[in-house]
Amino acid sequence: MTEAMIACKGVHKYYGDYHALRGIDLTIRAGEFFSLLGPSGCGKTTLLRTIAGFEDISQGVVLIDGRDMGEVPANKRPTNMVFQSYAIFPHLTVAENVAFGLRRDPRPKADKAAAVEEALAMVGLKGYGARSAHALSGGQRQRVALARALILKPKVLLLDEPLSALDRKMREQMQVELIKLQRQVGITFVLVTHDQEEALVMSDRIAVMFEGEIAQLDGPEALYARPATRRVADFIGVMNFLPARILSESAGTVTVEVAGLGQVELPERQISRADPEDDGPMIGFRPETMTLLGPTATHSQPRETNASIDEVVYYGDMTYYDLRLDGADQLDGKARPVRISMRNVFGRDVQEVGTRTRLAWSPGSLVLFR
Amino acid sequence: MNRSGRGLQAYAVIYLLFLYAPIILLPIFAFNSGTIIAFPLQGFSTEWFEQMWSNTTLRRALANSLTIAVSASVLATCLGIFAARASTRFAFPGKGGIMGFIMLPMVLPEIIVAMSLLVVLLGVGVQLSLLTVIAGHTLICMPYAIAVLSTAFSSLDRSLEEAAYDLGESRWGAFRLVTLPLVMPGIISALLISFTISLDEFIIAFFLAGNEPTLPTYIFSQLRFPRAIPVIMALGTVLVLISIVLLAIGEYFRRRGNARIGGSPTGGLL
Amino acid sequence: MAKFDAEARAGLSLIAPPFLYALLILAAPILTILAYSFLTDGYLEILRDFTWVNYAQVFTDPIVRTVMLRSLMVAAIVTLATVLTAFPIAYYVSFMVRPEKKAMWLFLITIPFWTSYLIRVFLWKVILGYNGVVNSSLTGLGIIDEPLTFILYNINAIVITLAHAYAPFAILPIFVALEKIDRSLLEAGRDLGESRAMTFWRVTLPLAMPGVIAATLIVFIPTIGDYVTPEVIGGGKIPMIANLIQVQMLALDNRPLGSALAVTAMVVVALVSLLFLFLNRRFLKVRQ
Repeated sequence: MTEAMIACKGVHKYYGDYHALRGIDLTIRAGEFFSLLGPSGCGKTTLLRTIAGFEDISQGVVLIDGRDMGEVPANKRPTNMVFQSYAIFPHLTVAENVAFGLRRDPRPKADKAAAVEEALAMVGLKGYGARSAHALSGGQRQRVALARALILKPKVLLLDEPLSALDRKMREQMQVELIKLQRQVGITFVLVTHDQEEALVMSDRIAVMFEGEIAQLDGPEALYARPATRRVADFIGVMNFLPARILSESAGTVTVEVAGLGQVELPERQISRADPEDDGPMIGFRPETMTLLGPTATHSQPRETNASIDEVVYYGDMTYYDLRLDGADQLDGKARPVRISMRNVFGRDVQEVGTRTRLAWSPGSLVLFR
Repeated sequence: MNRSGRGLQAYAVIYLLFLYAPIILLPIFAFNSGTIIAFPLQGFSTEWFEQMWSNTTLRRALANSLTIAVSASVLATCLGIFAARASTRFAFPGKGGIMGFIMLPMVLPEIIVAMSLLVVLLGVGVQLSLLTVIAGHTLICMPYAIAVLSTAFSSLDRSLEEAAYDLGESRWGAFRLVTLPLVMPGIISALLISFTISLDEFIIAFFLAGNEPTLPTYIFSQLRFPRAIPVIMALGTVLVLISIVLLAIGEYFRRRGNARIGGSPTGGLL
Repeated sequence: MAKFDAEARAGLSLIAPPFLYALLILAAPILTILAYSFLTDGYLEILRDFTWVNYAQVFTDPIVRTVMLRSLMVAAIVTLATVLTAFPIAYYVSFMVRPEKKAMWLFLITIPFWTSYLIRVFLWKVILGYNGVVNSSLTGLGIIDEPLTFILYNINAIVITLAHAYAPFAILPIFVALEKIDRSLLEAGRDLGESRAMTFWRVTLPLAMPGVIAATLIVFIPTIGDYVTPEVIGGGKIPMIANLIQVQMLALDNRPLGSALAVTAMVVVALVSLLFLFLNRRFLKVRQ
């Protein structure tokens, strides 16, 4: 077990009457790529700025590398930040931007210049030093912002939605580069993002936040496969929901009747929390966990269900099917379409709207929210 | 461009002529050798400029006006920096009211400002002098300075200063190394605009200067004497030129400032 | 809570110097005038007796009434003329001029405003005078035999001069309002089958109203208190309220009455402005 780099204990933050952070308890390990994920207004940026020292906390403690940050202002903390707008100083050159934090550094000028060159090379901007900052593209600004922060060798690098201003291709490229960079420098990265895909791709662990609270803290796979609450499941990727009725419980195992899927028995690890606004227990499953079968196909899955195809959406590599499972309305009388995704591999035809079809699935891919 | 567009264009040109009519006439009469300001023109002459140059009262008025304008523009800009930063960067109780009150001299008739200030100064027993004019001019220049500076401050990304602070600078260091250089064009254009307003301001100077002449009060005193008018025309020509040059410089700095922080070239004062 | 207070404190301490300056140089004198207006004028000094006499005089004196009405009328005519003539210019610059040329047009429009006010006013006197540019040109060309007199040293001349002086104050706010209009709204109007004129009437004009209202107030309030133009153009013979205040305060040395005049003028201006805003509240709501 690696040591804790950042520890938040019972952190509360109020803006007037607005309760922005509601008791955050969080440990971020040294050398970890950590993400704060949530919709806008969930408090993720506030939490990041609290760690950076831009916001005072109303209650609680923030420790960085074991030291209480209560009286330490942002300019004395061992953290540096990459801002959403990058905050590149437009009146300075690239090299002057990168060297900005070295002003009080006692090293001789030549050493500092070498450090700047090294930092620029690290982010792939070798030879850009003399350029004026306002002539850079979005991706280049981002690199300058990274170099400017990393040259100070902080213990923690804070990134506030760093990729949101880039176009899709550039964003995907930068995701990979950030991961490599983080492995190379070994510094703890804390990323704020509202993009669940970005968080899943880049992070070692992710804290999902809603309304100033952490709803789940887990690795990407656990988060995706076993969302702790229905809201987390809804926020991360696509999840289908069907109403369920609990038949019996014994030794952690729950037997439920699921509309359209019949009776299933679920072990404790497949059981999560429902949200207060839910009507009753729900079963959730991801679109790719069920397989659409051709009229004659055989399969090795334990269960099979009949359905009819309502809608077909073709994406090139994938096809999405909106289906109506037979008996899906049996519990509450509501028709509940479910979405299934199929990879378009060679030899598999796209099925047509209105066809009757069969669906193969396994109880192991279901999650019960109760 | 369609027909209504052309109609509007013709109107715009005529309107510009209306706006520029007095300014076009100014040099015409300034270089006219006749002593009466009327057509037909008599002939070309630089006599009025020579007379203007050798006029000692005028020189004194010029020196006074420059003293007042430099002091008032520096004071108004300094106070304006505080106000512009406060209004663009911070939320505080009573903000709307306080800012509205500070900007009030922009619309308040100057006669009210001048008269009320005069009554108080006389009541308290303060000797009227250039200082009292500077005090009044600072008040009326301040809103214009704030208007210019607020655009400069508000187009500044707030995270720039935070970034400097985050990189280890003190609050003051962040302001000095990042904010100040970036709003410098705005500061220069606020200075120039305040300077121009003060140089041209008549009412406050007229009532608060005591016996000291300034350029506008000197001009006003001479307008009654037909013989003095050609010299005033020459003086006016010079003043117009100076104003245009100062404004062009101000505009240049404002735009350069905008370009530097990636803003749009339009907008600006008012 | 702590953060909010810290920010408020920082903001208040920053705003303090300009605010205190304005309190000292603007609010204190205006309050003094307000106090003076309720005092009694002695021969050599002001007596500290509370009285309504000054206001009684302001409201009953026929001269004061004439001058006050004249000021209101002149300001109203100037405002109307300025805003009506300014609107097409603002419209032209906003809709017809190419974006990269807009700044140049605005610069051209504002330059005259920055040149000596006194000299500009005086030149209008020269242009409009008995032997002025207009009359001497027209007689010289044989269009008229006698100089035109309706533009001489009178209210018309004052109106033309003030309309000229305040032109940029009217153009800029209207321009800003027009610039804010989403151009696709106009295309939508046309797309929905409205004619160009109806689109202007039903879409452009209502959206430009906040700018028009601002322009109206920005022109109206200072013109009503203008001192120089009546003095130079009217030769002191057709005074407006500012001239009357000055005469009472200085020439006649009746500061309480002068103060009462000033206070009344401010109240009248404020009331007219509020009434105007009230009448236009429908248009101002559109923005929110």
